[in-house]
Amino acid sequence: MIPVSSSPAVPAGGGSRPAAPSGGDAPEAPDEDLLEDLTPEQLAAQWEDEKPPAAGALANAASSLVVLGVGTGALVLSVAMGLGTPAAPEPGLWPFMISCVMVVLGLFQLIIGRHNRDAEKFTRMSSAPLTGLVTLAAMVALMPAIGFELPALALCVIWMRFLGGETWLTTVLVSAIVVAAFYGIFVLALNTSIPHLF
Amino acid sequence: MDFLNPVINGFAVVLEPSNLLYCLIGVVIGMLIGVLPGLGPAATIAILLPLTYNVEPVTAIIMLAGIFYGAQYGGTITSVLLRLPGEASSVVTVFDGYQMAKQGKAGTALGLASIGSFIGGTASIIGLTFLAPVVASFALDFGPAEYSALALLGILLVATISNGAKTKALIAAAVGLLLATVGRDIFTGESRFTFGNLELADGIDFVPIAMGIFGLGEILYNLEERHRAAKAPSKVTNVWPSRTDLKQASGAIARGSVLGFFLGILPGGGATIASMASYAMEKKRAKQPERFGKGAPEGVAGPETANNAAATSSFIPLLTLGIPANATMALMFGALLIQGVTPGPQLVEQDPELFWGVVNSMYIGNILLLIMSLPLVGIFVKILRVRAAILAPVTALITLLGAYTINNSMFDVTLVVVFGIVGYLMKKFGFEPGPLVLAFVLGSLLESSLRRSLLVFGGDPTGFFTRPISATLLIVFVLVAVLPGIRSMLAKGTTAPSEQPITTKIKEKV
Repeated sequence: MIPVSSSPAVPAGGGSRPAAPSGGDAPEAPDEDLLEDLTPEQLAAQWEDEKPPAAGALANAASSLVVLGVGTGALVLSVAMGLGTPAAPEPGLWPFMISCVMVVLGLFQLIIGRHNRDAEKFTRMSSAPLTGLVTLAAMVALMPAIGFELPALALCVIWMRFLGGETWLTTVLVSAIVVAAFYGIFVLALNTSIPHLF
Repeated sequence: MDFLNPVINGFAVVLEPSNLLYCLIGVVIGMLIGVLPGLGPAATIAILLPLTYNVEPVTAIIMLAGIFYGAQYGGTITSVLLRLPGEASSVVTVFDGYQMAKQGKAGTALGLASIGSFIGGTASIIGLTFLAPVVASFALDFGPAEYSALALLGILLVATISNGAKTKALIAAAVGLLLATVGRDIFTGESRFTFGNLELADGIDFVPIAMGIFGLGEILYNLEERHRAAKAPSKVTNVWPSRTDLKQASGAIARGSVLGFFLGILPGGGATIASMASYAMEKKRAKQPERFGKGAPEGVAGPETANNAAATSSFIPLLTLGIPANATMALMFGALLIQGVTPGPQLVEQDPELFWGVVNSMYIGNILLLIMSLPLVGIFVKILRVRAAILAPVTALITLLGAYTINNSMFDVTLVVVFGIVGYLMKKFGFEPGPLVLAFVLGSLLESSLRRSLLVFGGDPTGFFTRPISATLLIVFVLVAVLPGIRSMLAKGTTAPSEQPITTKIKEKV
């Protein structure tokens, strides 16, 4: 009996009405009156329905294999560091013990956890975090060269306009204010050494 | 009256203007993030860790603690008004709170929740005041063997009580322990897992890990959710509950305080579990359990009291044993270490100003929160209009720029982004990030006390069982590790896995 666990029972993002399942093809939302009188059990079931679709056995196997890989790598490296004896341990003993536990847990997860439904599928919605990540990485790469202002402005615009669906007016206005505020706080007020252009 | 002297001195610490100000900042931030769905208290505390570098340790912890218990108050507001729990610990409040709001008693529900929270929180502080020094003096005799056992048990409990898959939580803990070994070996000085990188030679800092895994990971994960503006609810009137309401809820508040206090102390326990346990208890005790889910005041008052009591009492293991009981307390632990304070049994004796300052600040914080959540509740309801799409880039930028200011190094920023990816993928694949951060924090303590005790025992691991306290703790450890396996083996075939209590489905939001 494996509990169906990772349900975002706290729907993030602030949808006030039950949102369509994130993944597209939304069924018609039931009408308002019906929704108002849900019992706790029904409400919980509804949250359960709204959570992103579960990933299949492949994703579970993949994550277990990553764990196994990291565990084995650490195992090899810690043996190379030297184990020593419990009375006179060398640097590798403790990492060796942890990596053994990790390998065992990874194997267990690979076999027993195959059909767990706690991993989430990557859907069309997953392009948003990916885009977010690219902008973050770009910002980290560009900051030392051209300061934080322009990358931060670009990040705000991309996140608000393209990931958040704000209007251009709001996006430009809020982004400019945000960057100006950060400049004021980090450069003018706190006098930190954050790389800045102006 | 010797016992009370440091307590009274603690009040003097709290009443310093800067501490009062930080207490206010903390509870306001906590209230805000409690109201806003998305970021939880742990993520917020992680993101704001760089803020604490330039202030006194006691001031820093007062602010972070304020965020933590403030969020418990704020989470209620959205549960009651919008049927949207702002925090995991307010999920059960939705069931009766929203029904009460529908019956035009939103004010009463919020009022009861605030009063319950205040009583629960205050009762818990009083409990903390008396229990903490006792636990600390008991733990003064702990040697490395006891600490190894305690740290092991703490990590195991946090991993197994978390609601995700147990194996995955344990794997996360193992990764945390492994990450803690990066850098110089404390005994021999040899480099481990640094791959020749000079930046890694001193080990990975706690702050980039916490900011990445809790903060950025959470932000990235939330990007995937649908962002929509919450409909701002109608005006909330009459937040002062009537005498009959209070009378009806008083039993629930009293029981919630006690239940929450004890569940908060347990490793792996905390606000979320306390609120669910209290709801279940009130429903079981009620003469007409069918009222629950249809606007029973006890169903709001009980859980809201319990989550605040638990949030407060979970400071006991941290401040007295130096063992954080949950992920948020692991962040407090990290914040204290940054300040050069090692939480542990000696804290009450050696640093009474810090200890009592933090404890007593909670009285002030709870009073501030009571003021904010009764007369000023309308202002916080307005905050709901701020859209997630605008908040997300702001929090991301705060995280990146904040990470830079820790050591003025881009390497830390890069680490935050890397751990942000790790945190996001962990959430995606069903690995709880909490055990990783907790294990990372306890990693070096565990290794050093394990190696020290093995030296004492001459390399004989059975030596742990010759000391009564460490033996008991290790037996509990084995029981916790083995029992669920045996139980599920016995249960296999006899029960159909059809019935799942609602409570198992609620994930601790960090």
